[in-house]
Amino acid sequence: MGRSLTDLAFFIGVRLLELIPVVFGVILLMFLFTHLAVSDPCASWYPHAKKAVLDACRNYYGFNQPLTDQFFRYVSGLLAGNWGTDSNGAAVYPVIAASLPPTIELVLASLLIMIVFGIALGVLAAQFAGRWPDHLVRVFYLSGWAAPTYIVAILLDIFVAPALGFPTGGAFTQNPPPFNQPTHFSVIDALLAGSVSGTVDALSHLVLPAIALAFLNLGIITRMTRSSMLEVLPLDFIKSARMKGISENAVLYRHALRNSLITTTTILGFTASGLLASTVVVEEIFRWPGIGDYSFTAIYDNNFSGLIGVTIVFAIAVVVANLVADILYGVIDPRVEWR
Amino acid sequence: MSATRAAADSARSEPAGPPHVVRRSRAGDVLLESLRTLRANVLTLAGFVITVVLGVTAVLVVVVPPVTHFLLGHALSILPYDPTAVPATGGTGYPQPPSGQHWFGTDELHRDVLSRVVAALPLDLTIGIVVTGLAIFIGAGLGLVAGFWEQGPVGRATSATILRITDVFLAFPTLVLAIALTAIFGHSVDVLTAVVIALTVTWWPYYVRIVRGEVLVIKQQGYIHAARLAGLSEARILVRHVLRNLLEPLTVYATLDVGTVIVTFSTVTFVLPLPTSVIEWGSMVNLYQSQLPAGWWLVAGPGLAIFATVLGLSLLGDGLRDVLDPRTRRAFAKEAQTSTAPAPVTTLSDGGE
Repeated sequence: MGRSLTDLAFFIGVRLLELIPVVFGVILLMFLFTHLAVSDPCASWYPHAKKAVLDACRNYYGFNQPLTDQFFRYVSGLLAGNWGTDSNGAAVYPVIAASLPPTIELVLASLLIMIVFGIALGVLAAQFAGRWPDHLVRVFYLSGWAAPTYIVAILLDIFVAPALGFPTGGAFTQNPPPFNQPTHFSVIDALLAGSVSGTVDALSHLVLPAIALAFLNLGIITRMTRSSMLEVLPLDFIKSARMKGISENAVLYRHALRNSLITTTTILGFTASGLLASTVVVEEIFRWPGIGDYSFTAIYDNNFSGLIGVTIVFAIAVVVANLVADILYGVIDPRVEWR
Repeated sequence: MSATRAAADSARSEPAGPPHVVRRSRAGDVLLESLRTLRANVLTLAGFVITVVLGVTAVLVVVVPPVTHFLLGHALSILPYDPTAVPATGGTGYPQPPSGQHWFGTDELHRDVLSRVVAALPLDLTIGIVVTGLAIFIGAGLGLVAGFWEQGPVGRATSATILRITDVFLAFPTLVLAIALTAIFGHSVDVLTAVVIALTVTWWPYYVRIVRGEVLVIKQQGYIHAARLAGLSEARILVRHVLRNLLEPLTVYATLDVGTVIVTFSTVTFVLPLPTSVIEWGSMVNLYQSQLPAGWWLVAGPGLAIFATVLGLSLLGDGLRDVLDPRTRRAFAKEAQTSTAPAPVTTLSDGGE
């Protein structure tokens, strides 16, 4: 325990080991939920099929075997890199792997929007605590909290996008874009291809879904920043900074904010979970080719392998996001030891 | 301004002597303080008013028809129009924009949007309350067990098991799990039951964390040691001291959560709409979204309803948090004490701005 790089590596290692039982639990739960609640997926895939066809389907997917056998087969398949197939026999894993980068890109973009605007608003509210800017900010963030993400997304997609001339639907105007997609991150791919118009196109497709996603959690960041600023502002080191004659902005942003960021960072890991979840709705509305859109389709098509696969990825992402938040926590606060 | 002042004042006026010297009813204290904040803080008051109006409306929607039927022989309703009736005449086949007759417009079947929105209020509110209640019942129970009995080999094992299981559930993003489970359970039970089960399954883990954290803090307090030394039974300590002190944070979380559950519920029903026989906000947005942008009022109605409900509950919960959460209360107090303006000594009477 300490703050050396070895400690950090050890800390990350331990946390990743702790990930294993969680992921196993997620797999077990999702498997039980899907297989107990839907006893015969073949019947839901082919509602009008003859008995012979259904029997063939059950045989092919092994639904007629004991649940324990099915689970064992599924998990050993997972470990071998076979994540199962959907009802059309298409492998699930390659689709998930290709749709993860766009989602990460979308979530990171909305995190950026959230942090920049949320922290600025939070500082503003704390600076004028109890006065009208504070009330205004409170109304704003509670509005964000109260407005359902799907309605914000619909508003942005149908009303704001045409009004401001933003393109919607997918990650590029031309699909697939006229360059290679080695990373599947739309902006990075466009930059790698050296295409200026492609980059502008990718960014303009990214902005609105990112805003829709950021809107919900903007309030949490604002609220956390405000309340932790309120805790820090009356402390002595702020007073002494003011007495030294440092400008008010420097006091606010360099002294007070750095200390209140500690609380805000812990929230980031938490909001990442909400952001990831909301991609299901936002990606569907903006036709963003990510994992949220895929889980939407998987749910509609009774694609249970896809559904479990997506949930595993989401669960890992949530745990990793929390880990990253904990690491950042240590970077920002020198008193924190990694252990 | 006066909100901070009132909060600061009440924090300062707390007796400095040993707690057993000044005996005050804490429930009465909190109630008084809540009322003071309600009067002083416009936004909290707005939240309170919105919540009460919506709650009363929801009750009236449900209660008025059977009661008037019983008393007058024919059922009256507070809804301006029948939300399901499709008039035989007068329908143009196009949705009608808002007018003096139909404030929120009508849909393409000439059904009054306002009536449909209000008719959905009882269902959405009930779901919010039921799911939050179930989640608190399960989550707070497990959190209490995990926090209060964590000593001894059995206690440690129980506590660890509960926390590991909670971790697994916390690793699921709420909305994804809720939608997935609704779709899955929808195969065996009706969709509405499926949504309630799905939302409860995704909601309880948060309360395990919250309650366990609170219990661990409460257990370290002097009054718990004192109660134990005084020879109180564990059960009595649990009920009189631990549960009692959990009520305040749980009230705040529950108020905020009912709103969040309603948003999540409507999101799930937006993705997986309920049968058309059930009038519900999320399903309405799903049903009408194809008529956008021309028929904007069709989505504006249910959208505003969700917005107002959740905003009301959030404003109320946020205000309650300021009153009940000692951390913010202390911050307010400090801020007021260190501000350059001399704080007035008696501010209880000057509630207005």
